[in-house]
Amino acid sequence: VSPERARGALSHLRICDLSGQLAGAGATRFLAAVGAQVIRVEDPVRQGTWDIVRGAGPFVDDRRGIEFGSGFNNHNVEKLGITLNLRTERGKQLLRALVAVSDVVTENFAAGVMARMGFSYDELRAIKPDIVYVSNSGFGAWGPTSSFKTWGPIVQAVSGLTFSSGLPEQPPAGWGFSYMDHMGADIMAVAILAGLVHRNRTGEGQWIDMSCTEAGTTLVGPDLLDYTVNGRPLRRQGQPDSNHSHAPLRVPHGIYPSGGDDNWVAIACRDDDDWKRMAALIDEPWATDPRNDTLAERASVQEALDARIAEWTRTRDRFAVAESLRAAGVPATVVARPEDRIDHDPGTSEWGLWPTAHHTEMGDVRVDGIPVHFSETDWEITRGGPCLGEHTHQVLSELLGLDDAEIEQLAEDGIT
Amino acid sequence: VSNTTGPVGSLAGLTVVELASEHAALAGKMLGDLGADVIVVEPPGGHASRAYGPFADDVEDPERSLWWWYYNTSKRGVVLDLTTDDGAAGFRRLVAGADIVLEGEAPGALAALDLDHPELRADRERLIWVSVTAFGRQGTRAHDPATDLTLLAGGGPAWSCGYDDHALPPVRGGGNQAFHIGSTWAVMASLTAVLAREVTGRGQHVDVSMHAACNVTTEMGTYGFLAARETVLRQTGRHAMPTISMPTQMRCADGRYVTTGFPPRSQRDFESLLEWIVTLGFRDEFPETMLLDLAIERGGVSIAEMSTDDLARDIFGAGREALCFIAERISAEEFFVGGQTRGLACGVVASPEEAFESEHIVARGFHVDVQHEELGRSVRYPGAPFLMPASPWRISRRAPHLGEHDAEILNR
Repeated sequence: VSPERARGALSHLRICDLSGQLAGAGATRFLAAVGAQVIRVEDPVRQGTWDIVRGAGPFVDDRRGIEFGSGFNNHNVEKLGITLNLRTERGKQLLRALVAVSDVVTENFAAGVMARMGFSYDELRAIKPDIVYVSNSGFGAWGPTSSFKTWGPIVQAVSGLTFSSGLPEQPPAGWGFSYMDHMGADIMAVAILAGLVHRNRTGEGQWIDMSCTEAGTTLVGPDLLDYTVNGRPLRRQGQPDSNHSHAPLRVPHGIYPSGGDDNWVAIACRDDDDWKRMAALIDEPWATDPRNDTLAERASVQEALDARIAEWTRTRDRFAVAESLRAAGVPATVVARPEDRIDHDPGTSEWGLWPTAHHTEMGDVRVDGIPVHFSETDWEITRGGPCLGEHTHQVLSELLGLDDAEIEQLAEDGIT
Repeated sequence: VSNTTGPVGSLAGLTVVELASEHAALAGKMLGDLGADVIVVEPPGGHASRAYGPFADDVEDPERSLWWWYYNTSKRGVVLDLTTDDGAAGFRRLVAGADIVLEGEAPGALAALDLDHPELRADRERLIWVSVTAFGRQGTRAHDPATDLTLLAGGGPAWSCGYDDHALPPVRGGGNQAFHIGSTWAVMASLTAVLAREVTGRGQHVDVSMHAACNVTTEMGTYGFLAARETVLRQTGRHAMPTISMPTQMRCADGRYVTTGFPPRSQRDFESLLEWIVTLGFRDEFPETMLLDLAIERGGVSIAEMSTDDLARDIFGAGREALCFIAERISAEEFFVGGQTRGLACGVVASPEEAFESEHIVARGFHVDVQHEELGRSVRYPGAPFLMPASPWRISRRAPHLGEHDAEILNR
């Protein structure tokens, strides 16, 4: 199928990918970018709309419909897309044929859906004994609440991540995006890769059962140890207070207003030296007061110090504040709006972080790149997400060996 | 966790040499918990993160930092002063036996010591070398100072997090997440390089930029701008969007919060909702019960109808109102279980410790007791991010004491 990139790190691997949305598609997106052949299987009856981002905005222009979701495009670059009606025996046969020539099967349906379709792990390994089968569901395949339904924001809520993000005396701020769709996808990718390393060493496949909630709860580790070791819960007076830094203790440390509308700068003094350089830059008596030279003193007047710093930043341009602090060696940045970091940041442009992918219907669209560069087998993203069934003919013909007449018949019979 | 029988981890046989850092520590832990032999190298006196609180029993001590404990499980530890000939030689010997070097040094720091990837890989082409830095090892910003806060603020996530009230600042999500994002990418890349090496016989250098990683961890905040030049606006406890959406986070009778996700639309959703209201005895008290009845009669409502059909809009609003009405009258946990058992996706906003004590997580074996013999007790840790029975994730040992394995590893 398709000319393989000789240099792709994983161009020797094939993924039969039933996953979607963001938490599944994000995992196989990385594997595709480093050369794995990812064959995404979608449902022709519902036109792939199980995946809610398939036709969802934002849109590149006025066109609407299942081929125009920019999130779908972003998360499915470099994948092949085929349709199979898995309600039919013939559709299931074809999926079996695909599994038989795949290294990995991925999915992020609700727990139990694959087994109900006739593709439990036992059935998959009967087809391909060393298959690495990776499931990613909200609560995992078993357990008291495995049937509960989740989206990213629900996973974040129940895993402790939403609570951990906020200002004192305010409701939880949480995450203004599906953080656990990203991190869930990334951790799912780790599971797939670890499963492959194990298979290659031992010849043994397995079913990896990922509960996105548990993956999320591993991301609040030190707070949990404070609870299990010291009996100190994060639900306590004055917490969470996540713009400040309690562990390690750092002052000043926060997000301060700057000139203009909804403009902000983040400043983090790591130690006394950072603060002294910042104080010298501010060059006002309240800052250079030698009593502020020690962390203990700054911590005891944190609120007053924050107020003073906010007064100082409020009348200044956010870029000027951040740049002058960085020039003094103090970690500081504007709170970047999308346009700041996408169109005006050498930290992303020099990295090549926004590659242009060509989508068959949408045309050329910039997408997320990969935040890792490999010196010998780097990633590449040039092809957009597949239109529904865009590669059905190609995959059935070249990979599964069907002839044109058979393929045509499958379409007529509503199998593809 | 001292059982040495049973299947070994998926990365058994791989040796990782890690230079202690705050931002790549989770990557080392993940590789170690997955079965690799991870040796963490600290400078004399120990890595700075040993001074990060909180501390076990609130006793400030480099062996009691809970930060160090959490991020350094399943590692052995040695002390080497890379600025001395002896220390540099020790590091070279360690690297000679390693599959992967994992480090988070400032760009140029190792080169200045002649201990960087080009020097150490020269006669060892299978070596994989993973650098985790704020902005990558090259480029205009390579030497910009950064912390977890400035990475999340400059890389996109913080812009999307906060409150409807924009007089309040954007919020950094808690828990060192910029480091978690960077470390997870470091593990993805490390294992990719391992799989590539199986084919090519060659290792390579892997450059991880935490700034780039944060930039591609913002969902619509990024792809909405890339595709449509849309700028999202932060909103309390829900997705940042180009326009202000209706609240989805509600305060329950016990003062705790729940998130409701998208309000009911299908006939079945409305049936469940009405049944819930009736079961709680609120049929007469809830002012818009009639609209729920209507919703069921007409087979639910669709988003498409909202713009043209006033009744559909009222029904949709009534569904949302019903959830708020229920939330205000019962506890967050009751709301979560009551909604989910009726097929209505919702979540309780649990604190980390509440998440940790959930019956479900306990039943799945998420609690792992790790022996801290130096304190004469075991400590309960969060467990596996995923279950892989043939090669289980496992905390093989507590974090090392300073120089604990000098003798066995360095032959001192």
